[in-house]
Amino acid sequence: MTDLRDYDLYACDIPTAQLEASEFQRKYINKIKAYKRHIIFARILILAAFLFLWEYAVSVKWIDAFFFSSPSRIVGCFLSMAKDFTIFRHIGITLFETIASFLLVILISLLVTIVLWYFKKLSEIVEPFLVVLNSLPKSALAPLFIVWLGSGIPTIIVAGISVAIFGSIINLYTGFHQVDEEKIKLIHTLGGNKWHVLTKVVIPSNLPTILSNMKVNIGLSLVGVVIGEFIGARKGLGYLIIYGSQVFKLDWVIMSIVILCLVAVSLYQGITLIEKWYKKNI
Amino acid sequence: MEALLKLSNIKYSYHTLQGEIPAIMDISFHVNPGEFLAIVGPSGCGKSTLLSIIARMLEPEEGTILVHNPNGSLSYPKMGYMLQKDHLLPWRTIWENVTLGPEINHTLTKEREEKLLMYLEKYGLSVFKDRKPNELSGGMRQRAALVRTLALDPEVLLLDEPFSALDYQTRLSVADDIGKIIKEEKKTAILVTHDLSEAISLSDRIVVLSRRPSTVSTIMEIHLTKDPKEPLSSRKAKEFPMYFDLLWKELNQ
Repeated sequence: MTDLRDYDLYACDIPTAQLEASEFQRKYINKIKAYKRHIIFARILILAAFLFLWEYAVSVKWIDAFFFSSPSRIVGCFLSMAKDFTIFRHIGITLFETIASFLLVILISLLVTIVLWYFKKLSEIVEPFLVVLNSLPKSALAPLFIVWLGSGIPTIIVAGISVAIFGSIINLYTGFHQVDEEKIKLIHTLGGNKWHVLTKVVIPSNLPTILSNMKVNIGLSLVGVVIGEFIGARKGLGYLIIYGSQVFKLDWVIMSIVILCLVAVSLYQGITLIEKWYKKNI
Repeated sequence: MEALLKLSNIKYSYHTLQGEIPAIMDISFHVNPGEFLAIVGPSGCGKSTLLSIIARMLEPEEGTILVHNPNGSLSYPKMGYMLQKDHLLPWRTIWENVTLGPEINHTLTKEREEKLLMYLEKYGLSVFKDRKPNELSGGMRQRAALVRTLALDPEVLLLDEPFSALDYQTRLSVADDIGKIIKEEKKTAILVTHDLSEAISLSDRIVVLSRRPSTVSTIMEIHLTKDPKEPLSSRKAKEFPMYFDLLWKELNQ
């Protein structure tokens, strides 16, 4: 019989074999199922109440639809922009820039971390610079990138990278240094060198760190991309927000924010899926 | 019979900004081919350091190690090192763990694979071949760690308190078990431990070290009358308490 602790409480796949168990076991499982149902129900209720209140407040003129838009106006706006495909182009470009900068962040920060790990002296030399760059509000750099690189997709990608990269390096470097010294000694006792320590112990044992780091980076890349689009783009959701606010098309702005929410959640969930897959296969 | 390894006047100190800590003062002893040698001493007396020196992972500040291979070879004997914990890598299967050494040294030949399979078979690990280490008991894990060490065909096994991370009951049987395997494979072994009964039950000779900075305070030969069929037979030998007493007195001088 499988141990009940192995089940993910949020997955509804409690096997029937469990239900044929003793009465107390059945009661226990029913209790957990009811608990889960309540949580999901409450979540849906909050969202529905919020949307309803918003729509109602606009229709009875408590708030002005011109400034606050409304769920129905957002859907209408989306449908009209979906007809001529413009909205999908904006979403696509933001997604592309975010994923590109995310992948570059992962690649660059891994390479830099490996070099820093390999050359301890170098890592000590550059540490204060990294700390300063990491604590700097990266949005301050975006105007510089526009001047240096012009407005366009590469600039936006660089802006996305700049937000995530330094934290990512620091995070990975810390992980690389928390590897059990004895495991490193083990590789040496088996005749391995530093390269073997890296490939056989440091990187494999840091896969969880790399994955959790990816979760942070996907969000930060999106932040950087939107900042970049604010000041130097002709396409993308960030552009749509800034342009919409300038011409007082607040339906555009709020719709874009809602879409950004959905984009952020799906990107994050995508990484979570990869993480789950990894955990299952370890 | 000439000694396989002859350590003479080994000295080693640790250096910190606060000053120099002499760990090993002046240590000389020899290791015969095929024997099981134990090194005991109070904690912090530099036992593990000594083992690292013999493994040539540390360079002694003074002193020499002379080698006399029975087969006439002039090279330093191949050393296999067993650490305090098994340190099986959790993301690798048992097979991937035991082949780690040959993998690093690019010596994973067909012959070696067959030999490793034979070891796994012999020591009851073949059913766990494709399992991850966390599915094994402490004793099994220690056996797997030993097979990993044997995979590089070492001439001398260096055991650095390899049982200290196990609970007492497992420890007794695993020490017995590993001791038997080493005897069977006819390897020379050097065991570092602070457990006196472990040293007596496993070894042919015991080198007793003094407090830090350590020197050799005595070397004791162990002869136990034991029934090899019985488990833990060495610990039941009638000479056992006498050796224990002698060691105890030596260490508490």
